[in-house]
Amino acid sequence: MITLEHAYLVVGLMFLAFAILTLGDREHPTRIRSALFWGLIAASMLFGSWLGGLGNGILVLALVAIGGLKRLGVARPATTGPEVRMASAARRGNALFLPALIVPIVAVGGTLAAKHSAAGAWLIAPVQTTLIALGLGCVIALIAAMAWLRPPLLAPVQEGRRLMDSIGWAALLPQMLASLGAVFLATNVGGVVGELVTQAVPMTSALVAVIAYCLGMALFTVIMGNAFAAFPVMTAAIGLPFVVHQFGGNPAIVCAIGMLAGFCGTLMTPMAANFNVVPANLLELPDRNSPLNGVIRAQMPTALIMLGINIVLMYLLAFRF
Amino acid sequence: MLVLLGIAVVVAGFVARINPLLVILAAAIVTGVMAAVVPGVEPRALLQAGVDTLSAFGKAFNDNRYFHITWLVLPVIGLLERKGLQERARMLVGKVRAATAGRLLVSYMLVRQLTAALGLTSLGGHPQMVRPLIAPMAEGAAEVDAGVVLPDKVRFRIRGMAAATDNIGLFFGEDIFIAIGSIVLIVGFLEQSGLIVEPLQISVWAIPTAIAAFAVHGARLLLFDRSIHREIEAGRTETAVDAEAGR
Repeated sequence: MITLEHAYLVVGLMFLAFAILTLGDREHPTRIRSALFWGLIAASMLFGSWLGGLGNGILVLALVAIGGLKRLGVARPATTGPEVRMASAARRGNALFLPALIVPIVAVGGTLAAKHSAAGAWLIAPVQTTLIALGLGCVIALIAAMAWLRPPLLAPVQEGRRLMDSIGWAALLPQMLASLGAVFLATNVGGVVGELVTQAVPMTSALVAVIAYCLGMALFTVIMGNAFAAFPVMTAAIGLPFVVHQFGGNPAIVCAIGMLAGFCGTLMTPMAANFNVVPANLLELPDRNSPLNGVIRAQMPTALIMLGINIVLMYLLAFRF
Repeated sequence: MLVLLGIAVVVAGFVARINPLLVILAAAIVTGVMAAVVPGVEPRALLQAGVDTLSAFGKAFNDNRYFHITWLVLPVIGLLERKGLQERARMLVGKVRAATAGRLLVSYMLVRQLTAALGLTSLGGHPQMVRPLIAPMAEGAAEVDAGVVLPDKVRFRIRGMAAATDNIGLFFGEDIFIAIGSIVLIVGFLEQSGLIVEPLQISVWAIPTAIAAFAVHGARLLLFDRSIHREIEAGRTETAVDAEAGR
């Protein structure tokens, strides 16, 4: 059976290859630090389960020091030029899309098979099935693309290293925020925030409670970069005691729309790195290092309008159904 | 009360534009140490609290390694780009006469929302879809539509809008699917609070917002086409004036 540990092994080997090639790349602007950064992520993927809490904590300390104190450079390994690419695109036609499509097809097919068939359940572990299937899809797609295109053997690692460098430290942000969320949970930060909000805002009417809950969800999501972190805090503080219990809102509607109000916050914050910073880096936007980069600015109007619409929808629906 | 200093660290670091990795780790340690503060506490105990927090953070960090599995797609995408994947995407869209950047993104948004609502969230995404396919396609469509090479400023605006459309389609589609993470979280949370709710009861209430999101962002995308036109026109007149003035 393919488990999460197998996926970690493959990912770890990939980062190890990135680190080794970076170390051998004399042209790399931050050769040693970048090699160390990707090498430490490789160590975390390969040996993390044996390091223990404090060992992993020290690993994080080192990663943050290397990736956070000074900017990491981007590799420019030898690749094909625009003319070669145009010629190859004309010659190979739309078949070029096929390997890229293998990834989502295997990811979705594998997830469905693991849930609904005995063979699938035998092949893929039930925990984090979609991610394991996604990893499997990437490996299959890579093998297919290598067999068909016959590039130099190291080409996928070199191209992958170039893309990984352009993502840089942002690759760690979701994992760091999830860990911060765990510390907040252990120290009951949510409970304290809830008390504070209810002291500051007098919940005199259903509308005030709905607005406070939705704005609270969006704001706390902006800070935490993740609506999942904001949801338990804000729902325990305002959603349940006021919107549901005091004013009689339907809990299913309140929670469903409250979560979506949080998503409006996700669209507006650079802390949601995998949605807002990673694409800006991948698309090489010139303002990718600014807190309000091109992706967030493109999302901002939709996010603000949707936040208003969610408030209206919750107020109109939650007390009627 | 003191544990809130952790949130203050996040906000201050954000305002001062310090690297978020440093800010997050600092916020975690501050929170953990402040939680241990009681009247008459010894400095040694606070030091111990800091070390314990680092351990707890390390354990959570290790438990959350699965975010990195998605990077496995990078070697495949890089390899295909080397062989002209982006160029092919532009060619493909260039053939469709009626395509504009906005209309193309509206259709992508619809597909993204519908597939996410069926639980197929991994069909899209930035490394696997937006960078190699959707952004180049939108750029290609805008180029054919305008009949000129796009100025860089317009090109980057289109790319930003392509990424935005992927996110918005995903966020306001996925909650309609009953087995998505956020629905599981809501059901579990309500159960802990003594309220038993079926996942389906929650997911149907994501539908009104999903429809509104399609209307709002879809309208913005169609207006986006006009705004691109205006920007290209403005750029053209400027160049013409420059040429006349002999600059």
